[in-house]
Amino acid sequence: MSVLTLDRVSKRYGSLLALDHVSLEVAPGEFVCLLGASGCGKSTLLSLVAGLDEISGGVLDIGGRRVSLMFQEAALFPWLSVRGNIELPLRLNGVGRAERRARAEDLLEIVRLREFGDKRPHELSGGMRQRVALARALAQEADILLMDEPFGALDAMTRDILHDELERIWREQSLTVLFVTHNVREAVRLGDRVILLSSRPGRVIEDFPVTSPRPRRIDSPEVSTQAAEITDKLRAEVARHAH
Amino acid sequence: MHTDLIPNQRDTTAGLDALELAPVQRRTDLGRRVWRSAWPKLLAIALVILIWELVVLSGWKEAFVLPGPAAVFQDLGSLITTADFWAGVRLTMTRAVTGFALAVLIGTLVGAAVATIPPLRAAIGSLITGLQTMPSIMWFPLAILLFQLGEKAILFVVVIGAAPSVANGLISGIDYVPRTWLRVGQVLGMKGFAKYRHLILPASLPSFVSGLKQGWAFSWRSLMAGELLVIVPGAVSIGVRMQNARDLFESSLVISYIIVVLVIGIMIDLLFNLADTSLRKRWGLTDS
Repeated sequence: MSVLTLDRVSKRYGSLLALDHVSLEVAPGEFVCLLGASGCGKSTLLSLVAGLDEISGGVLDIGGRRVSLMFQEAALFPWLSVRGNIELPLRLNGVGRAERRARAEDLLEIVRLREFGDKRPHELSGGMRQRVALARALAQEADILLMDEPFGALDAMTRDILHDELERIWREQSLTVLFVTHNVREAVRLGDRVILLSSRPGRVIEDFPVTSPRPRRIDSPEVSTQAAEITDKLRAEVARHAH
Repeated sequence: MHTDLIPNQRDTTAGLDALELAPVQRRTDLGRRVWRSAWPKLLAIALVILIWELVVLSGWKEAFVLPGPAAVFQDLGSLITTADFWAGVRLTMTRAVTGFALAVLIGTLVGAAVATIPPLRAAIGSLITGLQTMPSIMWFPLAILLFQLGEKAILFVVVIGAAPSVANGLISGIDYVPRTWLRVGQVLGMKGFAKYRHLILPASLPSFVSGLKQGWAFSWRSLMAGELLVIVPGAVSIGVRMQNARDLFESSLVISYIIVVLVIGIMIDLLFNLADTSLRKRWGLTDS
C-alpha cells in the first residue's frame, strides 16, 4: 500500500518537458527525499502532488489524501501573530475559536515555540519562522507533507537543529514526507530513501535506500559515505549537460 | 556522567532561538527622542521667521502690506482666543472630514471593483490615474453649474479630488500582493471571499494607507480652493474668513490664516504618519 503513487507522470510547459515518465511510490510514514541539480523539476513535482498544477500525462494518485506544502520562505503573514498564522488553516476549515486556540497551543508546543505565540513573525529568527510554517502546515492536518527546500536559506547550525526537530516531529506525528533538496548530505541525513532525478527533463535516475540507523548525524561516517556515492552520480548527471 | 556533556535536543533548540533573537535594546527615553526630532524643525521655523523679519526690515513692502512676525503672531494669538474663529475651524473641518469619508467610501468601492474585474480595469483603470493628476480647481466651474454655490459643489470637488488616490492605493495594494503569499493562500485552499478576507485585503493594507494619506492631502487642497471660490451664504469657514481679511486689507490676518491652514495640514499628516509607522512596525517593515 502506498499513500502516494506517481505512474509515468509527465509535465510539459509548452515545448519544455519538465518531467518525463516519473514513477514513484511512497509508503505511509515514509520520509522520501528528492534530489537533483537545477532544472530537474523537483519543485514542479511538488506542485503537481499539491494539486497546484495539472499533470500532462501519466497517473498521479494520492487517494484523496490531504496535502500540505512548505517552501524555502516561511511566507508567514505579517498582519497575524505567530499563533494567528498557525490558526489560519483551522479558521479556513471552520474550526471554532476555543478548539482553534487549543490546537494552536499544541502545535506551538510541538515546534517548541510555546512562549512565542504572541510574537509577530518578524520578531523571530529564520529558523523559528520555518518552524512556525511547519506548525501551520501541520494545522492543515494533511496526510502528506511536501517540503520544497525548506531549510535552503538557513545557516548550517540552524539547519542541523531543524533536521533533528523535523525528524522528531515526523516520527511523533507519523507523517509522510516528500522532501525536495539539492543538498546531498541533507537528503541522506533525513530520508528513508533518496531519489535522484536527472535534469531537463526530470527523470528518476536511481532510488537509494538509506540504511544507516536513526538518529543520524549529518557529519557521521555512514552519512558521508553514502552522500559521496550519490554525489558522484549527481556529478555525472550534471556533467552530461556540458555537451 | 559522560552523557551529561551532550545537551538534549530541546535545550539546543531553545538555546539557538535565544541566541538568534536580537537582545532587547533599552529604548532611549521619550524626552530625548522628542528633542532629537524636534530641534531641527524648531531651528527651521526660527530661520523662516528670521528671514521674514529681515525682509520686513529691508522695507521691501510697507508694513500694512507685509507685517512682521511679531505683529502677525500677536494677531494670531488674539484670533485663536475667539469662539468665532473656532466655529470657522469646526465648519471647515466638518467639510473636510465629511468629504474625505465619502471619498474613502467611493474610492474603496471603485478600487476594489477595478482591481478584481478585468474589463472594468481595462475600461477605467487609466482614467483613475488621469483624474488623480487633474488639478481639482478645474472642477469648480462645472461643480458650480451642477450644484450652484453650495455645500454640494464643495463636497463634489473634495470627493473627486481624493477618491482616485484612495482607489489607486487599494488597486496597487491588491496588484502587488507578494507571490509567495499568494502561493500560501493556494496551499491553504483559499478561494473567493475567504481569499479576500484573509489574504488580499490585509496584504494590501500598507498601500491602502498611503492612498488614504495622499487622498487626504488632495481633499484638503480641494477644500481650501473651494472655500475661496464657493462662498456659501452664512457659512463662515476658514477660507471665507481669509477672503474677508483680504477684502479688508488685513494682511496680518491673511497670514494668520495661512499659518492656521498649514498647522492643521501638518497635524493631520502627523496622524497619518503615526498610523503608517505603527503598521510598518507591527509588520516588521522598519528597523526601529
